[in-house]
Amino acid sequence: MDVLYFAWVRERIGLPREKLETSARTVSELVDELVAREERYAAAFADRSALRVALDQELSGFDASLSGVREVAFFPPMTGG
Amino acid sequence: MRISVQEASFDPGQEMNAFASGRKDIGAFVTFTGVVRDTGEQKLQVMEIEHYPGMTEAALRDIAQQAVSRWSLGDVLVIHRYGTLKPGEVIMMVATAARHRKDAFEAAEFLMDYLKSRAPFWKREVTENGATWVAARDADEDALERW
Repeated sequence: MDVLYFAWVRERIGLPREKLETSARTVSELVDELVAREERYAAAFADRSALRVALDQELSGFDASLSGVREVAFFPPMTGG
Repeated sequence: MRISVQEASFDPGQEMNAFASGRKDIGAFVTFTGVVRDTGEQKLQVMEIEHYPGMTEAALRDIAQQAVSRWSLGDVLVIHRYGTLKPGEVIMMVATAARHRKDAFEAAEFLMDYLKSRAPFWKREVTENGATWVAARDADEDALERW
């Protein structure tokens, strides 16, 4: 599974994307796995309410299933326009 | 409908003329142009705009499709830049074409409100005191409720 990070999430984790093998069933479980891995993930995901997630480029929720998902992206609320 | 996510600068006047060219069935064009603004408190050197290639185009197309399904529109144009921009530079533009002005105005406002908080762009302001990511404003999220 490809996991992408944007804006300050990318800066805190220190890379724009990575390939992960995971048995996580939901986005929340994936975040739990990452947070347990290293401090930089814990820093990036410290406040989940300040983050958005997209599954295969569709905005989604942290309780969403990862079944069949190829690309997960984490980012702060958007600021376009 | 034209959606463009691009690094290159553009001329809003030229884009408007091309958008309007040859349309005899349209009574109203509304355009909005966004410009990088220096708020003045801390001198803005550049604005960096990050986006999510692929998702950005799809999100803009989806927002434009929603506008087309809600109002009677002849055409829609959305251009949004990414990369490093200086104060005074054009950052984005929307244009709507309709038989009547109400549809054109409302659809343009809808496009802007959705684009602000549903299109995957992130702005980072670089000043002489350092760089900060622009935080999303609650008012932008609240603006969606009226639609």
